[in-house]
Amino acid sequence: MSVPSGYRFTREHEWIKLESGSRARVGITDYAQSELGDVVFVELPQVGKAAGKGSAFSSVESVKAVSDVYAPVDGKVVEVNGALSDSPQLLNQEPYTEGWMAVIELSNPSQLESLLDSDGYEKYLSEISK
Amino acid sequence: MNAEASALTARRTPLYEDHRQLGAKFTEFSGWTMPVLYSGIIDEHHNVRNLAGLFDVSHMGEIRVSGEHALPFLQHLTTNDVSRLKVGEAQYSLLLNPDGGVIDDIIIYRLAANDYLLCVNAGNAEKDWNWIQRSNTFGAKLENLSDSYGQLALQGPRAREILSRYLEQPAEEYSVENFRPFTFRIIRHKVRDFGIAEMIVACTGYTGEDGFEIFCPAGATSGLWQELLEVGAASGLKSIGLGARDTLRLEVCYPLHGHELRDDLNALWSAVGWVVKYDKGDFIGRDALVKEKERGLSKKLVGLEVLDRGIVRDGAKLFRTSDGETPDGEVGWVSSGTKTPTVDKAVALAFVPPELSALGTQLLAEVRGKFLKVAVVSRPFYQRNTKS
Repeated sequence: MSVPSGYRFTREHEWIKLESGSRARVGITDYAQSELGDVVFVELPQVGKAAGKGSAFSSVESVKAVSDVYAPVDGKVVEVNGALSDSPQLLNQEPYTEGWMAVIELSNPSQLESLLDSDGYEKYLSEISK
Repeated sequence: MNAEASALTARRTPLYEDHRQLGAKFTEFSGWTMPVLYSGIIDEHHNVRNLAGLFDVSHMGEIRVSGEHALPFLQHLTTNDVSRLKVGEAQYSLLLNPDGGVIDDIIIYRLAANDYLLCVNAGNAEKDWNWIQRSNTFGAKLENLSDSYGQLALQGPRAREILSRYLEQPAEEYSVENFRPFTFRIIRHKVRDFGIAEMIVACTGYTGEDGFEIFCPAGATSGLWQELLEVGAASGLKSIGLGARDTLRLEVCYPLHGHELRDDLNALWSAVGWVVKYDKGDFIGRDALVKEKERGLSKKLVGLEVLDRGIVRDGAKLFRTSDGETPDGEVGWVSSGTKTPTVDKAVALAFVPPELSALGTQLLAEVRGKFLKVAVVSRPFYQRNTKS
């Protein structure tokens, strides 16, 4: 399972990467896409919608099931990845790059500190994989 | 039972280690630990439609009914006309309860004059065995051979060439003309780590593609699986899990017991009337079907296509609508549904009132608090191009 550096992670297998100032890009991890299997449909949040830390703000559907995606931090959705409408498989192929889901304007950037860093997430993955 | 407990008591087919070696992801299905995927559901699905796939279906059950009372008993027990079967032929059929509900859907193989093999669904094997024993007022000889057999399904346009190559037979012997659907052969062939295995090779399947289902001695299953994958590799053969098995059968609208066929739903609702032969004589459930026909069916099985963005799944409630947006009364439910790879749309099978079953009828499906527009479409959603 690839875990890139410079990202932060939740235990629900979302990643968040700070970009400029108080904007951060959000998606699901390689582990999450692997557990889901082939993604066939992504329900993205509306631009302008408020994101609440720990609240479901999107859902991803595989052939077999639906999974909620939780906002890692509080903020507002300012951009969503329209490419996922026609190409949901991007989530499987490039979960950390082209498969990004949304950009959030953070209302409380310090929330990032309490999330897992790359080492922390890798450790978490090895714990749950036992 | 929680997930851990059910995993501990779940059974394994002879191929469990083979699946692990292939990197399968497992799931619990009807009390069995089965591979749900290897490379991925979509990839495996396309591989079966375009090339060939090999499925482990060893969890299915097998019950032998033999002796001079076998035929009259099977005529009483099942809906199809067993007297039409010649030796070497198979037929799809139903076990009904006295209320006309479906206990199981099965395939019957006539092995010899008074010798029949029933293949039953994995999740119903024990229930069916008990039911068949209790119903046997005819004195037919019954044997539960589920543990004696392994079973593999070899499906796809390349299935025939792979099978004839494996059995070292001329391709002609395995052509569509010479080996027709719903016929079978008894083949003896040397299998790795086993010896000479006597196998039932049947031209049947659950994918909508050409192909075979092979019953072998349980001890030969692993060797046969490995050898078929090796011989088939040159034709693009891959191992296929239950995930793709479900998307394949859904595209051709084959019913799945527990979804389209149920103990508590009258069989006539499920679009399987074609395997009910009223003229053959009395059988369990006949009266209930006749009564339902006279009364008029309450529900009919239809195919649906999802018109809005989204996927409609098993259990979703269906509502009528006069304006296409507002639900105006609950009318039915979805029995199976997902987005399928070849058809590349969200499709579903559903039960609706007959007056709402005409092609093009629009309904609303409730999905996580929202209502998605769906329309009745013709079945099957996918049809194999039978041009040879």
